Amino acid sequence: MSSEARPFFAPVPKASGWRLFLKTVVARAYPRVVGQQRERSWIFFDVFLSILAVSAYVFVYRAIGAPEEYVGFVVVGGAMTAFWLNVLWSMSSQLYWEKESGNLALYIMAPNSMMAILLGMALGGIIATALRAGAILLVGSLIFHVQYAVGNLPALVAVFILTLAALYGLGMMSASLFLLWGREAWHLANLAQEPIYLLSGFYFPVKNLGFWVAVGASIIPLTLGLDAMRQLLFPSGAMLGFLPVPVEVVVLAVLCILFLIAARWLLGYMERIAVREGRLLESRR
Amino acid sequence: MSTDLAIETHNLGRVYTVRNRRERRIRKEIVALQDVNLQIPRGELFGLLGPNGAGKTTLIKILTTLLSPTTGWARVAGYDVVREPHKIRPRINMVSGGEASGYGLLTVRENLWMFAQFYGLPSREANRRIEELLRRIGLADRIHTKSSDLSTGLRQKMNIVRGFLTDPEILFLDEPTLGLDVNAARDVRQFIREWLDAHPDRTVLLTTHYMVEADELCDRVAIISQGRVLACDSPEALKRRLQREALFDIDITAPNGLTAAALEALPGVRKAVLTDADGGARLSLVLAADSVLPGVIGVLTERAVQVRHLTKREPTLEDVFVELVGRPLAEEEGQDEQ
Ligand SMILES: Nc1ncnc2c1ncn2[C@@H]1O[C@H](COP(=O)(O)OP(=O)(O)O)[C@@H](O)[C@H]1O
Ligand SMILES: [Mg+2]
Repeated sequence: MSSEARPFFAPVPKASGWRLFLKTVVARAYPRVVGQQRERSWIFFDVFLSILAVSAYVFVYRAIGAPEEYVGFVVVGGAMTAFWLNVLWSMSSQLYWEKESGNLALYIMAPNSMMAILLGMALGGIIATALRAGAILLVGSLIFHVQYAVGNLPALVAVFILTLAALYGLGMMSASLFLLWGREAWHLANLAQEPIYLLSGFYFPVKNLGFWVAVGASIIPLTLGLDAMRQLLFPSGAMLGFLPVPVEVVVLAVLCILFLIAARWLLGYMERIAVREGRLLESRR
Repeated sequence: MSTDLAIETHNLGRVYTVRNRRERRIRKEIVALQDVNLQIPRGELFGLLGPNGAGKTTLIKILTTLLSPTTGWARVAGYDVVREPHKIRPRINMVSGGEASGYGLLTVRENLWMFAQFYGLPSREANRRIEELLRRIGLADRIHTKSSDLSTGLRQKMNIVRGFLTDPEILFLDEPTLGLDVNAARDVRQFIREWLDAHPDRTVLLTTHYMVEADELCDRVAIISQGRVLACDSPEALKRRLQREALFDIDITAPNGLTAAALEALPGVRKAVLTDADGGARLSLVLAADSVLPGVIGVLTERAVQVRHLTKREPTLEDVFVELVGRPLAEEEGQDEQ
């Protein structure tokens, strides 16, 4: 051993605690945001398909002479669908893919918190999807001449943020479930996609489903979030609304907290199982 | 530091329970690791040498807090792997051969930066280290290449850099040169050695099933087979065990029904291994002394086996492995992979 060899670099103090947590969130959000930038063709495709779906509903509503507000409802619903699809297909299966690529073991082995990794994924997903959702909203509003009447902008922004928080909380929770259940979870998500489209009222007021069905659908945070946002966006929204906005806000907040607690607990559970059984961290077995 | 040992294990064992896919009640137990006792001081480059399925990865997973042992205990950097994983994690890192970590859409720099963040390394320091390490391992010109565009060898160099980037007290390398071509493997080995020379208080535990790698690179080597450590010493000391014996390689045209067992029955023949070689076969012998050789030649002549070439050689780790396990490393691997 030659003792004169110069060190490659000197040790430096490293962040820990909440600073490490923040660094982890940002670092894990980064590939999602950048990945979006590097595959622009997808954006066009996603926006185009969503606009097609929105158009179909708009034509039907106009054909049957539904109130004009319904057109605005459909456009807003179409935009929010982008977030829902992101949660269902990207967020939920993310840990599963991280396992397959071998990243999961590295994430668990690192000193960061897994919750920060999940939050980073969620944040990255939100930022990446916001671009698509914004495009859908803009294009849809222009094509179909949607009129908005925003009376209370802070409330609207707050409801939007709360809806996303609850929605991605659900995604963070299901990420561990997907990992634990593997292929079965895929089938489940596949089965769930269509009925949930219907139930959460992406394309019509959820009130029309009747009270109890609407209550059941409210477990998906998008249902209440959309309903509240529509009430705040359109003049006649309050009339078509399912519950008063303050009630919906409280329910959304509760859902959000519940999902985050569940996500955290499931992460711990997943890690304990992985370490005990040695199964969940295998990449290609 | 509370202890001079970077790694210590005591009667460490791991049994996997595998459930049958169709009938979940049927369970099978696989003993992957058994009674492993290791003491690895700081500053050492320690090698675990063994064939596929020997339990190398299992041991690494336990030491990196990713798998709990079923018996015994292990300490890394002085902390218990089961009770204090959070004390261990900031101090270690791990790289596996052929891993596909990171994100293909990110460049080499971005991938490495991301992993450095998970350890709390300041961004600017991370970028400085990334440049330095990439330069040293010969990947500097690819810093802005998307990692999905890298060849296997270059990709593995990126992974190796990921391990060193956080300046871990103890680094685990699980078959770091697996599947690499000769040049890339040499670069990686050289890089590991240089790093340890420049950071003498750091420890590296690497696993390999390449004899030469263990021999050239490691300060000490543990030979592991079927979950057990059969010997643990410096490569020189391991080979010295065989120095009293005489090692011969005899190339023959065809065995003509001759078996290794028949030769081992001769007095003074410690070990005989018969392997196929192009256009004939090779007989590797461990003899108690040179004087045993004429007897072996006599047997060959009786069977009308023609000798094409005969060499006496110095013992290698391969010979040590054969002596301990009873078969060559390569052969066992063939059985394993099927
Ligand atoms: N998650 C697992 N479940 C069941 N058996 C496993 C698992 N991981 C490894 N094994 C078995 O344990 C033994 C040791 O494997 P491993 O530690 O991967 O060996 P190596 O890294 O030396 O090739 C092998 O027989 C392997 O099949
Ligand atoms: Mg292995």
